[in-house]
Amino acid sequence: MGAVVDLDAALFEGLCRLGDSTLVLGHRVSEWCGQAPVLEEDIALANVALDLIGQTQMWLGLAGEVEGRERTSDTLAYHRDVWDFRNLLLVERPNGDFGHTLMRQFLFDAWHQPMLAGLAQSRDTRVAEIAVKAGKEVAYHLERSADLVIRLGDGSGESHARMQAALDTLWPYTGEMMVPDATDAALAEAGIMPDLNGLRTTWDALVQDVLAEATLTIPESGFMHKGGKQGQHSEHLGHMLATMQFLPRAYPDATW
Amino acid sequence: MSAEWPLWEIFIRGQHGLNHRHVGSLHAPDAELAMRHARDVYTRRNEGVSIWVVPSAAISASSPSDKGPMFEPSQDKVYRHPSFFDIPDEIGHM
Repeated sequence: MGAVVDLDAALFEGLCRLGDSTLVLGHRVSEWCGQAPVLEEDIALANVALDLIGQTQMWLGLAGEVEGRERTSDTLAYHRDVWDFRNLLLVERPNGDFGHTLMRQFLFDAWHQPMLAGLAQSRDTRVAEIAVKAGKEVAYHLERSADLVIRLGDGSGESHARMQAALDTLWPYTGEMMVPDATDAALAEAGIMPDLNGLRTTWDALVQDVLAEATLTIPESGFMHKGGKQGQHSEHLGHMLATMQFLPRAYPDATW
Repeated sequence: MSAEWPLWEIFIRGQHGLNHRHVGSLHAPDAELAMRHARDVYTRRNEGVSIWVVPSAAISASSPSDKGPMFEPSQDKVYRHPSFFDIPDEIGHM
């Protein structure tokens, strides 16, 4: 019986990692609303943000169900503190300029898409169903972000320099996505989530292809930050949550 | 080169078997991005099964000042509508 309880705890943790990453990135991208360089990109960014927040509702909704303590996706999103969040460090990075936002999106999408493809094969049908639904949205996110990274990287001198700077800054935050810890390993062992080591080959190939076409150079340093999945975050997440969680915390009974 | 992206006219087919209909216009640097923008701007609510994008510059339009000569002569020629003619009873339903 002990093993079953542990697996549920691991699943709750794994679902929070997925849902928190889509929530934090969705909120970050939504910060562009009304600010993007052109109207069409503004709408496209808002669409991506809405897709990610929709996926959050499904992942965190299931997390609450698995946990069985009557917490809903809203409770989990708005009434947990920084140290309870399990998102990747990459997605909490501030937006920077438009190129920086797109580079962050591409590095995440290139992982998100094969991750969802793996999750679609999950032995847990609830997980598989969400992954299939989200997979269609994310296939478009990846197509869009890869195309824009190529256009801007292989664009003008200034756009190239900005994209290279974004890649240099964000690269050390990508390692965490493909390094499994005990929770990831337990979920992979149980056939519920894919083996993160296996995602690396797909991610590497895709990222190398796109960045080469974008005429961008992958940084040589192998140093990688880690800790987001275990709840150790940069100072940026706290500031973001203060904005994102203000309303439901100040007015707990608010409805709309 | 103008800093402003060129304008594109967007046509969307709502269902199989219907014609593409003009839904609006948007700015994009090329056809591929015009297509993507059209998808983001006009098909969020399951509106379409097919998109056409056409450079606005490629459209030749009739001039509003020609409206009189172009269209008014047909206003008093009701016999151009098939309903103008009486159909003999023996023809039956057409």
